[in-house]
Order: sequence, then C-alpha cells, then structure tokens
Amino acid sequence: MKLLRLAPENTKFPFMRFRRVSYPFSALLSLIAVALFIFKGMNFGIDFAGGTVIELRAKNGSAEVGVLRGLGEGLKLGDIEVQGFGNPADATLRFGLQPGGDVAQQAAVERVREKVGNDYELRRVEVVGPRVSNELVQSGTLGVVLSILAVLGYLWFRFEWQFAVGAVIATMHDLLLTVGFFSITQLEFNTTSIAAILTIVGYSLNETVVVLDRIRENMRKYKKLGTAQMIDMSINAVLPRTIMTATTVMLALIALVAFGGQVIRSFSLAMIWGIFVATYSSIFICSPMLIYLGLRNEEGDKAAASHEVASKDSQTRDGQSGLESAEKEPPTTSAPAKKKSAQSRKPRQA
Amino acid sequence: MLRFSTWKFIAIVAMTLAAILVVTPSMMTPAHYEALKERLPAWLTPPTIVLGLDLQGGSHVMLEVDKADILTTQVKNLREDVRRILREEKVAITGGIGATPRGVQLRVADAADRERILPKLRLLRNGFSARAGGGDSPLDVEETPDGLIRLTVTDAGLVEKTRRAVDQSIEVIRRRVDALGTREPSIQREGDDRIIVQVPGLQDPEQLKTILGQTAKLEFRLVAEAGQNPADSEELEQQDGTGKLPIEKQVMVQGEDLTDAQPGFDQQRGGEPVVNFRFNIRGAQRFGEVTSKNVDRLFAIVLDNKVISAPRILTPITGGSGQISGRFTVEEANNLSILLRAGALPAKLNIVEERTVGPGLGQDSIDAGKRAAYVGAGLVVVYMLITYGVFGVFANLALFVHIAFIFAGLVLLGSTLTLPGIAGIVLTIGMAVDSNVLIYERIREENHAGRTILASLDAGFKRAFATIVDSNVTMFVAAAILYFLGTGPVRGFAVSLALGILTTIITAYTMTQMMIAIWYHYARPTRLPI
Repeated sequence: MKLLRLAPENTKFPFMRFRRVSYPFSALLSLIAVALFIFKGMNFGIDFAGGTVIELRAKNGSAEVGVLRGLGEGLKLGDIEVQGFGNPADATLRFGLQPGGDVAQQAAVERVREKVGNDYELRRVEVVGPRVSNELVQSGTLGVVLSILAVLGYLWFRFEWQFAVGAVIATMHDLLLTVGFFSITQLEFNTTSIAAILTIVGYSLNETVVVLDRIRENMRKYKKLGTAQMIDMSINAVLPRTIMTATTVMLALIALVAFGGQVIRSFSLAMIWGIFVATYSSIFICSPMLIYLGLRNEEGDKAAASHEVASKDSQTRDGQSGLESAEKEPPTTSAPAKKKSAQSRKPRQA
Repeated sequence: MLRFSTWKFIAIVAMTLAAILVVTPSMMTPAHYEALKERLPAWLTPPTIVLGLDLQGGSHVMLEVDKADILTTQVKNLREDVRRILREEKVAITGGIGATPRGVQLRVADAADRERILPKLRLLRNGFSARAGGGDSPLDVEETPDGLIRLTVTDAGLVEKTRRAVDQSIEVIRRRVDALGTREPSIQREGDDRIIVQVPGLQDPEQLKTILGQTAKLEFRLVAEAGQNPADSEELEQQDGTGKLPIEKQVMVQGEDLTDAQPGFDQQRGGEPVVNFRFNIRGAQRFGEVTSKNVDRLFAIVLDNKVISAPRILTPITGGSGQISGRFTVEEANNLSILLRAGALPAKLNIVEERTVGPGLGQDSIDAGKRAAYVGAGLVVVYMLITYGVFGVFANLALFVHIAFIFAGLVLLGSTLTLPGIAGIVLTIGMAVDSNVLIYERIREENHAGRTILASLDAGFKRAFATIVDSNVTMFVAAAILYFLGTGPVRGFAVSLALGILTTIITAYTMTQMMIAIWYHYARPTRLPI
C-alpha cells in the first residue's frame, strides 16, 4: 500500500538563512499586534468587561433582531449588542455593566425577562458583576505570566539557558500574535480565550521543545558541523513530524469549529491560528535565536570559519558562514548518521 | 524491544479493561443503567460521569455577603448593648449616643462613671470573636481625656462577623435550595465573603434567584398611632406599593419563633393564596400577649423592612398559629413559606455572578460536542491510517484506549465534564497521536540511516521518549496552572487536557510499543511498513 507523505523526505531547507527575513517580518507583525491591541482593542466578553449575555430562542421560530435592538433604548440598558447566529430562531443580547453595582445588573436582567419572556425562551443567562470581572482579569493575566515563568524554569533545568530564553521569546511572539488575532477579528475574548492562549503557549513550547531536543542531540553528535548548519539539519529532521502533528491537531480543531457549537467557536478559531504561529515560531524564531544568544558548536564553527576568509567578527556572521559552507559541501543527513551509527547505538544519555 | 515483559502486558490489558468498564455506564442511557444496576454487584457499578452545568443545564450563582449591611447591623447591636449597659449601671451621658462611621460614641462627664462602665464596654468584644484572644481586637474602645468614649468595629471584627455570616448563610441557603426539590445542589464557601450555589437541572432558574436574593427577616410590629413619640417609629414601604406606613420600632415577635410555614388558601377571601404559620411556645405566648393588649390596633407583618400587610387585631390570637395574606400569587405564597421555614439570612446577600443555562441549550451543547468529537476522531483516525498503514492501526488503537482513559479518569476523579472539557478532549485526540508521530518518524529516520528494522524500532522508541516527556511536561504545566486559576468550565478543560497528557505516555508510548513488539514477533517483517 502506498502511504501518504505530506512532508518531503530528506529536506535540506536552509531555515537559518530565513532569519534575515523572518525576524523583521515577525517584529513587524508583533508591532502591528501591539498597535492593534492599543488602538483597536479587544472585544472583551462579559467575563472581563462585566455585563450580561442573554441567549434567546424565539418561541415562534424567528427572532426579530430589530425589535431586540430596540430594547437597549426602551429598557435603558445602554449599548446593547444583538447577534443572530446559526438559525433564525436564535439571538444573543449583550449589554454592559449597569451603573449601580451588583443589584443593578440583576434588575436589568429582570427588565429584559419581563419584556421578552413571553415571546422568547431564555436559554442562557450570564451576568458578571464589576468586581468578579476584575478578579477574572487578574487571575487570567496571572495564569499566563505564571505558566511562562514555570515553563522557563523547567526548560532552564532541562536544557541550556539559551534554549530556555529562545523558547520563551518564541512563546511571547506567539502570545502577541494571538492577541493581535483576537483584536483584528474582534472575536470575543473571555475566560475560554485564556484557556486557548494557555493551550497555545503549551503547544508552542511543545513544538519548540521537539526542535530543541533534536538540536541538543545533534550538538553532541555532530561536533564538526557549524552551528547554523547543525540547527538546519535538526529542523529538517523533525520537519515531517512537525507537519504531521500540526495536521492532526488541525483536523481535530476543524471538527470543533464546524460542529462544536457557538460557545467554543472563538476558542477553536484562536487555537487554529495559534497552531500556525507556534509551528512557524518554533522553526523561524526560536531556533535562530540560539545563534543570536551565542550557542556555539565550538569545533564545528571553527572548522567552518577556516573555510571562509576573515569571518570571525560577529556571531551572526559566524552562523552565516556555517551556512554558506554547508552549501559548498553539503553533507547529507544520512551520511554522518551512518558513520556514527555504531557509536550511537549506545543508549543516549538523558 | 521484543522482550516485552508479561506483567507489563497484563497490566496494560487490565487497565484498558478497567477503563472500559468504568466508562461504559456513562455511555448508556441513565434509565438503562438504573435497571442494570439492580442486577449487578455494587463494585461493578461505577458512578457515571458528572456533566457540568453548561451541559446539563442549571444555575451557577455567586453570592457575596453585603459587608455594609453587616456593619449596619453590628453598629445597631452595639448601640443597643451600650444603651443596656448604661441603663444597668445607671450612668448618665451628655447628649445621647452619637454615630461614627463604624461605631458609636458617647460622652460620660463623670470620671467615676467612666471607670465603672469602661470594663463592661470592653467586654462587648466577646460578642464579636468566636476565638478567645488572639488576632486583632474586633472592637476598639477609645477614651479621650475630655470624657468621650468611642467604640469602633475594626476590620478584624468585620471580617470575623462576615465569616460567621457566610457560615450561617450556607445553612440557610441549603435549607432553601433543598425545598426546591432539585437533585445534588452544591453550596460552597468561596474566599472570605462569598458563597457559590450550583443547582443542576433547574426548570425555573428565576425561582432560585428569588429565594436566594431575600433575607427573609420576618417581624411582627405594631403600626404607630397618632400621638406617639415619632422617635419610636419609622416609615416603612408597603409591599403593594400603596405608600408608607408608620411602624413602631419595637419588634413584638420575630420570624425565628416560627416552627412551620405552609402555603394555603383562604376560603373566606375567595380562595386567595396565603401562608399559614405556627409559632413555637415562646412565640405563641408573646403573640397572645400582644394581641390581647392591642385589640383594635393594626398589627403589621414586616418582611425585609417592607410591610406585607397590616391587619386589624379583632380578637386576641392565642392559638399560636396565624396567617399571612398579602395578595400573593400561588408562587409567591409558596416561595415565602419556603423562606420562612428555612429561616432568615444573617445578612443581605448580593448576586455578583450568575451563569444559567437552560436544559435545551445544554442538550444542544452535548450534541454539538459529541458530533465534533466523532468527526475530529474520525478525521485523525483516517489520516493516521493512510499515513502509517499498519502502524496507523496501532496508533488508532492506542488513541481509542487513550480516550477511554480520559473518560475513566474523569469518572474516577469525580470531575465534571464541561463543553470546554469536550473541546480539550478533542484537542488531545489531535495531540495524543503526536507521541506516535514522534516515534514513527524517528523510526523511519533511523531506518533511512541504514539500520535494521529491529534496531530502528528500538532506537525510535528510546530516542523519542525524552522528547515526549519534555514536550508533555510543558503542556502539563500550562494545564495545571489553568486548573488552579480557572473556574467552572475552564477548569473542566484543564482537567481533560491534563488527563489527556498523562494518558498519552501510557497509551501512545507503552501500548504502541507493546503492539509493535507483538506484531514484529508474528509478522517478522523484512521491510519497515512506514
């Protein structure tokens, strides 16, 4: 049986060379994300902004969005957002915090219920008071910061410090771009979105760790290769797995978007974006960062440098020189592996 | 690789069977399972999975004790206590008992009098703290040289009172919610001043809020008559909105002296819904006395500082029972009797968060979640199959067991399955195969590098293991933090995710290894099938 291969075999993409493009590109995207966050802002759901969401289903089968919009005026609820979705019978109302503390929020819901209760079934009512929403903002922020710190600690303990820093920078990058995604799409940002963000952080690190793990292994194995060349080789080696896993997760997420219902749609959409970004950043952000942070494959760099004329100034040039020499005399992935196979049959040190 | 120990094999098969056994009831319809339960021994009938409120419908209400209300009550009590002490000690003060933001002050001109009452005033502290000594003083008693004594409720005192109010409120709320006749309500304290009430499967969530939102302090007080000292009475709003009535401040009989309250109908008033109540002995005596002495006066029934009704006392009522009528609807009469039976809350409770999902939407969410899970799993299974062939079959078997493990974990932990939780499971379906992918790709790579099949398999599993552990630990950290900081549905997501990560190590790694070992043993392949 012919099996499907999404990733081409034995690729030799010079990923490190792209850092000249990917860094400015990512920096630009991150800046745009920050600008969006500041100027356009997020569509904060009631979890964080406080307020009320009421999901209605018309008893006669068709919700009159226009009439519902008029409620804001008629019941003095302030700005009211009415959204229809899925089928014509359903609509959601959302309005902000009412002045007058927690009691006023309940009173507002009561007014809506009295007004529409005869024609509509109230399928879902969520009211978040001002203080609770502040606490949710705090715990959400704390969660994201804590998880990054915890993971930084773990990676520091397991890998060289450059790996930890690289992973965290890549993760921050993913975080920023996800925030930008929420801002530009104006998808509702609520506690489930924090769950999405933390899952993206987890996935991003998962991706990064897989690449870093291979880099670490190859660093020990191929002491003669230049740093950039060695990193390229490692990324190419794990590329089939990266593509494969991203695809399976995507398949699961597409199912969630298509069939999971309204409540988790923004979560699923954010996750899809997050998987894209995380896969990109593990290859194009984290790995080149190792070079910038001064990770050196000592002997390899020296060997590579001797091929070049006067390229011992900056680390950037160092990495670059390794890459160029790789093009001149490309060692195949399999050749060194064959050579080393006898040696690497020993159990790898943990 | 080939020497896969027998005990490990048995352990995995046993775990898988156990997981399937634990999960099966949750997959059955409740009615079927109930019928089956009666014919099976207890150890064979595990609990079914607990659905979150977002899936089965229900209300989540977070209440907060109104601290301002507590303070008001405390200051009021303080004032009464001070007045009592002054009366008992026969101490005269200049200018009455004054109010401060958090207490009272009084001026005692005579130094000897001051010396006499100060120790008594200090003793009032005991009324505040359940714990003798220790901690900050709940009540500050200050004395200025010019004879001013100031009593202030401290933060510590307020916190202590709040905590006690929460404890008492939980009891009262439990009685009230139980009266609604719902199954498995959960009432928990949250922090210092909050209570979370979760009631699944409510048909009328509005009623829950109605009975939670009322203090239900019932008082019987006389309506003031012309010529009485206005300082002894206060104007109170009437329930039916017909204006205010002057009501005497003195409370004749209180709701706590009630032993029972039931909704009923008054035949004389054309079958109007009423609440019939019965007093305990003390209440009955007191009620008899008051009604004997005040025939022809109006006797007000005051609930939460609103006059429900103020009937005229026609004859003394000594039987210890009575009736409250206030143009109630049947529902109102029913709610009021629930409230009176359960007793009054010690303080006002405000609803600070409410999340209610109707039963219809819950079922829709379950259906949507199921559909997404089936489609997601289906896609992944097919994809693994066409990519890895026979190894894909192993991965899919492991995936099946993985899902069974997650559900079994949820059942055994008694954790609730929420809609985000289902999303978490669907997500782990996508990610669970990651470990398989890591291993398979490594095997391929080793094979391409020129190793024998057996050596490639061996090296693939060995080398991928460190990566699997590292990548899963980072994911687990994120899930753990989400669990500790999240609430409700998000917590459900964190649990599913964390369980999914833990079980992949067993299923995607150990189980797959076992299956491949067995396959290798029997198939003796000459070529790697991936």
